[in-house]
Amino acid sequence: MNEMSAGLRDLRIALVGNPNCGKTALFNTLTGSRQRVANYPGVTVERKEGGFLTPAGRRVRILDLPGTYSLRARSPDEVVTRDVVLGQQAGVEPPELLVCVADATNLRLALRLVLELKRAGRPMLVALNMFDIARHREIEVDAGRLSAELGLPVVTTVAVRRGGTAALLEAIDAQASPEPGTAVWEAPDAAGLRALQREADRILAAVVRVPDRRDAVTRRLDAVLLHPVAGLVILLVVLFLMFQAVFAWAQPAMDLIDGGFQALGAAVGALLPEEGAAGLLRSFLQDGLIAGVGSVLVFLPQILVLFLFILLLEDFGYMARAAFLMDRIMGGAGLHGRAFIPLLSSFACAIPGIMSTRVIDSRRDRLATILVAPLMTCSARIPVYTLIIGAFVPDRPVGEGAWSWVGLQGLVMFGLYAAGILSALGMSFVFKRLLWRGQPTEPFMLELPDYKLPRLRNLALGLWQRAKAFLRRAGTIILSMMVVIWFLSSVPRPPEGADRPAIEYSLAYGIGQAVEPLLRPIGFNWQIGVALIPGMAAREVAVASLGTVYAVQDAEEDAAQLGQALAGKWSLATALAFLAWYVFAPQCVATLSVIRRETGGRRWMWFSFAYMLTLAYLAAFATFQAARALGAG
Amino acid sequence: MSFVTDAVLADPAQAEAVLDLGAAPRGFRGRIRGLRAFASGGLPAEELERRLLELGFVEGAEVELLHQGLFGRDPIAIRVDSATIALRRREAAAVLVEPAP
Ligand SMILES: Nc1nc2c(ncn2[C@@H]2O[C@H](COP(=O)(O)OP(=O)(O)O)[C@@H](O)[C@H]2O)c(=O)[nH]1
Ligand SMILES: [Mg+2]
Repeated sequence: MNEMSAGLRDLRIALVGNPNCGKTALFNTLTGSRQRVANYPGVTVERKEGGFLTPAGRRVRILDLPGTYSLRARSPDEVVTRDVVLGQQAGVEPPELLVCVADATNLRLALRLVLELKRAGRPMLVALNMFDIARHREIEVDAGRLSAELGLPVVTTVAVRRGGTAALLEAIDAQASPEPGTAVWEAPDAAGLRALQREADRILAAVVRVPDRRDAVTRRLDAVLLHPVAGLVILLVVLFLMFQAVFAWAQPAMDLIDGGFQALGAAVGALLPEEGAAGLLRSFLQDGLIAGVGSVLVFLPQILVLFLFILLLEDFGYMARAAFLMDRIMGGAGLHGRAFIPLLSSFACAIPGIMSTRVIDSRRDRLATILVAPLMTCSARIPVYTLIIGAFVPDRPVGEGAWSWVGLQGLVMFGLYAAGILSALGMSFVFKRLLWRGQPTEPFMLELPDYKLPRLRNLALGLWQRAKAFLRRAGTIILSMMVVIWFLSSVPRPPEGADRPAIEYSLAYGIGQAVEPLLRPIGFNWQIGVALIPGMAAREVAVASLGTVYAVQDAEEDAAQLGQALAGKWSLATALAFLAWYVFAPQCVATLSVIRRETGGRRWMWFSFAYMLTLAYLAAFATFQAARALGAG
Repeated sequence: MSFVTDAVLADPAQAEAVLDLGAAPRGFRGRIRGLRAFASGGLPAEELERRLLELGFVEGAEVELLHQGLFGRDPIAIRVDSATIALRRREAAAVLVEPAP
């Protein structure tokens, strides 16, 4: 070890700043892929932690804190930021250095936060980020003067460029091991806030020269994207394109994965005999393990395309605009305008959706959003929808000429998504009336950031994290459920010379027979009953379970041919009822447990389970009976 | 209620020119003269005032009403110095502004 690094202790730092100032981009550039996403103990606020080495060899651990305008925390997210900053967060060692990230093109609110943080007496330095954009827009910031005014080290950074953090790294190296000391902070009152902002404005006038206050690109884009009518139309088109892309773009990759697993299953099947104990092993590997994992993994491409859109829109700065455009419509349903973003994320998965409701300050508004978020069509329902639509809806255009590019299958899918959205809005309206007797929603206030070109690197890192989370899920909950369902449908084995299909001797058959009377009014057969049970763990397992049940039942049929098998075995009414059931289906243990954690108790978890189960049953019942009455039975 | 606002409203010549931001038309440009917060959306007046202050709605700041929604011309997007803030007209009514000359 050389002399320099010998004197440098390890350092814990945390990034704080306003929303959209580039904290996450800075975090990604500093840590590369050495990062970990977990939760703070007891709350589901995402804890992004990483590590890196400075040029001088100092080891630094870094936290990316949720964005905030003040330490006067109002949402669970901001509470975490405040507690970490003040060194009061359980399970987190207080950071030894705060890196206060400020958007150099939008310094006014950032400077007020810096002044507030400085009052709290934490060791800190200021990173003037987005310096490239500031320079491009000819916004001159005198960093030296700012440093003198604040009495803090100030560096300039470009978070999205590889060399853009050099000055920051240097400043971190120059930082003598700071003593965190005790934090003193008291929530400022209105007069205090005014005084801080006045001081910030005074400093701003001294250090910044701005030729043109507004970003020209943002101004031109907003003229269209926030246009009262055109803006709404464009938002609808964006959402529609997103869902078309999920199906069109993902198909080749899905075919590849599907083919791969089929080949693997066939290879394993060829190695082992069909009879005896080895036959049981063969069935387990082929029908249980490989078919099960394959039937879930095949949806990875669709989930990634969906997340790609969400990440793109977020990085671009469009998400806040979408919330703006949707505010009144959401408000009509009793939801907060900010609920739009969590609900949109719930299209990917209700878990991140529910977690992102923490940007909503009021507990009631938050709860309403949490309760309806699982009604948004999450990607786990895609396998179910795809299977049934593929089997029962003809693959042809909706119409001729101008309509020939809209597929009928895509349209049905869109309809299912629309049903999810409408029921979410409807239910929140009902909750608002019944549970909270029309108490007002909290004011909608949101900063609209300037548009930015999304960065490949941030997108790639974001997608990689989602993919990892999905694979972990597929590898744990889903895989174990698949093993259970295979076991139930294969044990006990049929006796020698059995004349009925093997499955009719299994435990699953017994279970299916037991629940079947309950399900008959909604058109479900016992195989569906069996599939619904492991589907409790995760919705997409229902498809794999159906596959296993039918594969074990008719040994000659491949689970991958499930769609064709169903088309022969189910009536159209049953298929439609199954789709209707899955618009509401409450079966997802992970979502329920996140609801429990987020709402701080079992009460709301059971409530949401019960109301969704009721809706699912009623919807399937109505659909089945109506379809039968119309002759689709 | 802030002392600045009281002073503004007490002077009839000044009160003439002052209007609340919630009533401003699209394209309006002006300067903030004071805040007159009230209880709204379940928040007490004092809390609404602090939230507005934290988003930069402080006396003296220049504002411009950039965009408005389709339904009831709500919500609105306000340029406050270097930031653009979206809020509803109902809460914007707590911000008193005088038109730019
Ligand atoms: N040009 C440029 N873009 C940046 C810079 N830092 C962040 N961005 C972009 O600004 C947007 C918001 O950044 P993000 O890290 O998500 O902000 P956060 O909310 O503070 O985590 C993203 O689109 C980033 O790519 C920068 O220094 N220069
Ligand atoms: Mg971030």
